[in-house]
Amino acid sequence: MVALALAEPAARAGAALDIAHVSHAFDIDGAMLPVLEDVNLLIEPGEFVALLGPSGCGKSTLLRLVAGLEPPRSGALREDDITIRGPHPSRVVVFQDPTLFPWRTVWDNVALGLEAQGILKRHRRRVDEAIALVGLSAFRNAYPHQLSGGMAQRAALARALVNDPKVLVLDEPLGKLDSLTRITMQAELVSLWQRKGFTTLLVTHDAEEALFLAGRVIVLSERPARIKADIAVDRPYPRHRGDPYLADLRRMILGLLGLDATW
Amino acid sequence: MSTYSLSETDGAAARQVPVAQPRARLRASAAGFVAGMAWIAFGLSCLVWEDVGDWSRTQALGISAFVIAAFLIVGTLGADRLGRLGAALRQRAPWLSALGLVLTLWELATAKFAWLPLPFFPPPQAIIEVYTDDLPKLLDSVIASVKLQLGGYLIGAGAGFLTGVSIGWSRSVGYWVHPVLRFIGPLPATAWLPVAFFTFPSSWSASTFLIALATAFPVTVLTWSGVASVSNAYYDVARTLGAKPSFLVTKVAIPAALPHVFVGLFMGLGASFAVLVVAEMIGVKAGLGWYLQWAQGWAAYANMYAALIVMSLLCSGAITLLFRARDRLLVWQKGVVKW
Ligand SMILES: Nc1ncnc2c1ncn2[C@@H]1O[C@H](COP(=O)(O)OP(=O)(O)OP(=O)(O)O)[C@@H](O)[C@H]1O
Ligand SMILES: [Mg+2]
Repeated sequence: MVALALAEPAARAGAALDIAHVSHAFDIDGAMLPVLEDVNLLIEPGEFVALLGPSGCGKSTLLRLVAGLEPPRSGALREDDITIRGPHPSRVVVFQDPTLFPWRTVWDNVALGLEAQGILKRHRRRVDEAIALVGLSAFRNAYPHQLSGGMAQRAALARALVNDPKVLVLDEPLGKLDSLTRITMQAELVSLWQRKGFTTLLVTHDAEEALFLAGRVIVLSERPARIKADIAVDRPYPRHRGDPYLADLRRMILGLLGLDATW
Repeated sequence: MSTYSLSETDGAAARQVPVAQPRARLRASAAGFVAGMAWIAFGLSCLVWEDVGDWSRTQALGISAFVIAAFLIVGTLGADRLGRLGAALRQRAPWLSALGLVLTLWELATAKFAWLPLPFFPPPQAIIEVYTDDLPKLLDSVIASVKLQLGGYLIGAGAGFLTGVSIGWSRSVGYWVHPVLRFIGPLPATAWLPVAFFTFPSSWSASTFLIALATAFPVTVLTWSGVASVSNAYYDVARTLGAKPSFLVTKVAIPAALPHVFVGLFMGLGASFAVLVVAEMIGVKAGLGWYLQWAQGWAAYANMYAALIVMSLLCSGAITLLFRARDRLLVWQKGVVKW
C-alpha cells in the first residue's frame, strides 16, 4: 500500500485506560436491561487490547462509555487518571457503521476532526496522507453514496487516524472488508500502532483477527457482559497466521465462547 | 417526493438516434415536419378567413406562424448539423406539433367562427396585442410583483429557517415556540388580511408581512422536522472528533436537514404566490394581481389572459430557480427530483 508516514512527529505515546467496576443498563420502557456487569479492565499506555464476545453482549456499549458518549450507571472510567466525563478527540472511535456524512466528500469527511478542532488549515496534508493510507486517494472527491461498503469503512478509519489519537477505539472496523483488503489493513493497523504508540481497543468477532493483532484478548460473557478471560498473547510482531501457539489460543477462546464442539 | 422527471431520459434517447440508419432518421424527422405543418396550418387559419372582430395583429401573427414553421422544417432538415439545438428540436417536435394544432383550433374557434362566446374568449392575436400595446403597464406590474414577492419570501424563508433550527435544536425554544406555531401556523395567511391592512403603516409592508408569514410556516415546520430527524450517530461521530455545539448545529444538523428545508421552501413558495395575488388584488394597487383585477373591471379579457400567462411563467421560473439551487446544494443526494 501507500507510504505510512503521517506528517506529525511520531510516538506521542498512548494513554492508560482504567475501567473500574463499570456496570451499565438500558432503560427499555421502564424495564432495566443490564448490559455490563462489574467490568474491570486496566489497559497500559500503548497496549493493543481486543474485545471478543457474543453478539449483543455489550461490546459496543463498553466502547461508547470509553468514548465518553454516555456515563456509566455505576463505576468509573479513567484516561491517564482523569475521569472520562465526555468525548474528547484524544479518544477517537471508529464506529461499527461507517456513518460518513453523506453531504461531505471523502476528503471533507476525513477532515472532519481537524475542522471541528479548528486546526484544519495547518494540517491539510495530514488529511491527504490519511486518505492515501487507506488507499482512497482516487476517491477523495467522491460522495459516500458512491463508495462500496468496504471503501466507506476505510474512509471512516482514515477519519479517525487523521486526528493522531492517544486512544483508538475500533468497533469491528474491518468487518465489511473483503478478506484480502482485510489482511492488508490488519498489517497496516499493526505497523501504524507500532509506530504511533497509541493505545488500541478493538472489538471484533473474529478470534483469529484478535490473536493476529492484539497483545491481550479479553473474552466477554453473554449479556450482561462480564470479563470471562483475559488472555495475554505473548508473540512478537509480525505474527504468522499458521503459528501453532496462536492456533492453540484460538481453540481455547472458541471454547470459552462455547464453540469447542465445532473445532 | 413525487417524480416530475420530464426532459432528462427522453433527451438521452434522442441523442442516441443512430444517424446512419435511414428509417430511424426518417421517423425522427417526421415529427419535425408534422410540427412544421401544424404551424403552417396555424398561419393559414389566421390569414385565410376574415376576423369576426377588430384585431390589429392578425396578419403579423399569421406571418410569424409561417416563419416559425419555416424554422421548424429547416431545423429538422439540418438537425444533424445543428448539434444540441437539433437534438432539442427533435425531442420537442411532438409538443410543438400539438401547440400548433391547439393554436389553430383556438384561432378558428374564436377569431374566425366565434364558436366560443367572444369577449370572454379572446383569440391569440388579441393577447399578442396586449403584449405589444400595453407593455409598459404590464412590465410595471411584473416588477412590482417580483419586488413584493421576493422581499416577503426572503424574509419569511430566513425567519422560518432560523425558527425551525432553533425549535429542532433547543428544548426550551421548542417549549415556548411550538404552541405558538401550532396556534398560528395553520391559519391561512390571507385570514390576516383585514387586520394587517389597518395595523401596518402601508399596504406594501402589510403584504410583505403576509407573504413572509405564508412562507415561514412550512419552512419552519420542515426545517424543524429535518433537524429533529438527524440521526444521533452523526452527532456521536462529530462529538468524538472534538466538535463543539456550534459545530454540531452548523456542520451537522443544518446540512443533514437541508433536503427537508428545501421541501419547506418549495411549499412556502406555493403558499406565498397565493397570498401575493390576493394581497395585490385587495390592498397594494400594483402588481400582476392588481392588473388582473383592473382588467376584469374594464372587461379586458385579453389582458387577463395575457397577465395570467406572464404570472404562470414567473411562478414556474421561481420554482425552477429554487430547484436549481437545490440541485447545486444537494449534489450529494442521489436520485433527486427533476423539475
Ligand atoms: N441505546 C440503547 N437503548 C436500549 N438498549 C440498547 C441501546 N444500545 C444497546 N442496547 C442493548 O444493549 C445490548 C448490547 O448492545 P451492544 O450494541 O453493546 O452489543 P454488541 O456487543 O456490540 O453486539 P454486536 O457484536 O452485535 O455489535 C443489546 O441487547 C442492545 O439491545
Ligand atoms: Mg456492536
